[in-house]
Amino acid sequence: MNIAAKTNVLNLSEEEFVYPGNRACSGCGLSILYRIGLKALGRDCIFVVPPSCLTVMQGLYPIAASQMPILNGTFASTAAIATGVRAAMKRLGKKTQVVAWAGDGGTADIGIQALSGALERNEDIIYICYDNEAYMNTGVQRSGTTPQGSLTTTTPYSGKKEQGKNLPDIVAAHNPAYIATCSASYPLDFHDKLIKAKEISGLKYIHIQTPCPPGWGCEEQMTVKIGKAAIDCGLFDLFEIENGKKQLSEPSKKLLKKEKLDSVRHYLSMQTRFKALSEEQIVVMQERIDKKWDGYRQEFGAG
Amino acid sequence: MSEKLIDSGNNAAAMAVQLAAAEVIAAYPITPQTPLTEKLSELIAAGEMDAEYVAVESEHSALGVCIGAASAGVRAFTATSSNGLLYMSEQLHWAAGARLPMVMCVVNRGIGAPWSVWNDHQDAMSQRDAGWIQLFAKDHQEIVDITLKAFRLAELVHIPVMVNYDGYYLSHTYMPFELPDAAVVKEFLPAYEYAHALDPQKPESLNTVTLPDSRNDINGVKQPGYMDIRHNLHQEMRLAMDVLEEIDADYQQRFGRGGTPIIDPYCCEDADYIVVAMGTLANQFRDVVDRLRQEDGLKVGVLALQIYRPFPTAKIAEALQSAKGVMVYEKGLSYGNQGALYADLKSALYPYPARPQLHNFIVGLGGRDIRTEDLCQTLKSACLQDDLSSPEQTDTPQWIGLQL
Amino acid sequence: MPDSRFKVLTSASTSGPGDAGRTGSWRVERPILDYSRCIPAKTGKSACHLCWLYCPDNVVSKAIEPKIDLEYCKGCGICAEECPAKAIEMVSEENFVAGGEDE
Repeated sequence: MNIAAKTNVLNLSEEEFVYPGNRACSGCGLSILYRIGLKALGRDCIFVVPPSCLTVMQGLYPIAASQMPILNGTFASTAAIATGVRAAMKRLGKKTQVVAWAGDGGTADIGIQALSGALERNEDIIYICYDNEAYMNTGVQRSGTTPQGSLTTTTPYSGKKEQGKNLPDIVAAHNPAYIATCSASYPLDFHDKLIKAKEISGLKYIHIQTPCPPGWGCEEQMTVKIGKAAIDCGLFDLFEIENGKKQLSEPSKKLLKKEKLDSVRHYLSMQTRFKALSEEQIVVMQERIDKKWDGYRQEFGAG
Repeated sequence: MSEKLIDSGNNAAAMAVQLAAAEVIAAYPITPQTPLTEKLSELIAAGEMDAEYVAVESEHSALGVCIGAASAGVRAFTATSSNGLLYMSEQLHWAAGARLPMVMCVVNRGIGAPWSVWNDHQDAMSQRDAGWIQLFAKDHQEIVDITLKAFRLAELVHIPVMVNYDGYYLSHTYMPFELPDAAVVKEFLPAYEYAHALDPQKPESLNTVTLPDSRNDINGVKQPGYMDIRHNLHQEMRLAMDVLEEIDADYQQRFGRGGTPIIDPYCCEDADYIVVAMGTLANQFRDVVDRLRQEDGLKVGVLALQIYRPFPTAKIAEALQSAKGVMVYEKGLSYGNQGALYADLKSALYPYPARPQLHNFIVGLGGRDIRTEDLCQTLKSACLQDDLSSPEQTDTPQWIGLQL
Repeated sequence: MPDSRFKVLTSASTSGPGDAGRTGSWRVERPILDYSRCIPAKTGKSACHLCWLYCPDNVVSKAIEPKIDLEYCKGCGICAEECPAKAIEMVSEENFVAGGEDE
């Protein structure tokens, strides 16, 4: 399936679903995604949300910050609750899109069992993981996706020892209908992948790298720049997997043409969370990226 | 047409759920509940029941699916036992706090560690404060009747309902029962409708973070804080007992069975000594009562408690006002204290003038055989123990059938 | 439907602006637009609109002359950072307190 006409900033819908004056931090990457994502999803949606920054951003009773039906649920059961909502829609004969939207902790850690179950059953839902690479809502504790070496409040001084989980790979092992990775810095790419996901039946998994200024230790205005830097250095890749076939999306695909990618150092230096990284750790990180891209060049050619 | 059958308790429950037209069923296998949901999946696969069966990967998810379905305005059912119920614990509180009507059969079983697949009531007792209505059945007929009433109760009071019945004693034994006529059940149990059902046409955010204090909504109307919402759950759970009685009266009129939805007394009118018990144990005591009345001339009776939460404080206290002694036999306890039912009953009696002697017996944990002979002996000696030993002694639960 | 004696209080929220109050008060720096540099304002044509696209808080309008809703703008500065024409300057709010050049 090809993406229909690509959305650009000129033809992007002006309809807004999120109200200003919500509780998201200043410069929140999730806010960019949520605002633009809702434009793609449209009104015929029901959201299922576990505890996360999104819970807070979506408002405190009795005020909701977005104009969507939302079911807040327990931390571990997002994919299961979404399954129940989807089953109900089926009973009611409604096509309403059920969207589970969880953070990295709610997906890679406490929610992985329910997600794996829903993947295995191939539930007809969109599951979005906004990955800000730590438990940000509770104050920046390490999560399963926190990258190696990153400082968090539970990995102080020397940073996280272990490598982060590769969630898209874990999901891919379940062979779902559609997998995509996205970035808060490329909201239109996210928008169009959602448009595509809506048309596919079965479980659609979308994983989004989501810069978080207070958690990553950067200035608020740098959210978009940092997300782009992660992609430009080849650390985080934008791709889609359909029917088992992986394709790089444009912002990553164009890197295939480059002789040499940007050094990861630039990306790391933009954030205080990486300031405990040793020279050796940076070298290893760079080697891993280079090796991954050697593989991509073999797999996809020079783009 | 109603139908007379001889079948297992689990199948009786499954057929009641079929009659109740549950639309989303999610369950995870656990002994001794498994045959119930196997039967439901079989009914659905055979086209005899029109519902979605979701084979989830855990009990936590089973209740998660029910939460999702009920929040969208669709009738949901699950079943579990023992550790499965405990694994749901967080979801139990969530479903009750969200005021979602749903029904769950809990086929009572002891909790590990150590593993036990056999019956006691510790699973249900341990979840008594989750905000669910807890009903107890004594036989197969009650499984059917209580399950059907449970759906109507849940949907009228918007509180989830647990239908408890004893693992193996009821789940796997075959007994005769009558299955009501489907058309009459349909009249008895109207379709589930939910004012806050998830709907893109009138979007609401459900179970949003709620502040300690009340707060104005976007129209300037004051809305409750967390504590007000909790108070309302408590008040309406108490009120649910009245609704259960009304539902039972309607059920009795339509199907000819009922009249004892809260407490079910046997030979209690003139009784000096009254046993209080739940589930099959209460039925076993009917034999004990008959025997002690015949052989020993003891005026004993047994009061089956049909609902544990909300606790029928006034009804039970009033029923015990003329008794000299009350013996609470139960299959679960609050470790380090006493039987949970005993403690509840004692506190229910406190504001009332009559203060019968109280005895607490713990029986049948993890399926330990409950010998009628032991019940006769312990009850008899408790009846004859007129002058109390030290208050501490009488207030200490006696364990029946210990082997070490 | 619940029995009429039951209120069934739940936490069901309806949507509106300002859940967190007037979040403009969070701002440390204020975005000031220079229309002489702004691409759509300068050309009089719908173009660029990156400030609108990237604004996390839905406070920038998609217009030939973009407007920023200062009642709610949290002052993150993403618009200024991403503006290809450098048409937005972040100015300390100190300049706008009573006795300053504005308000």
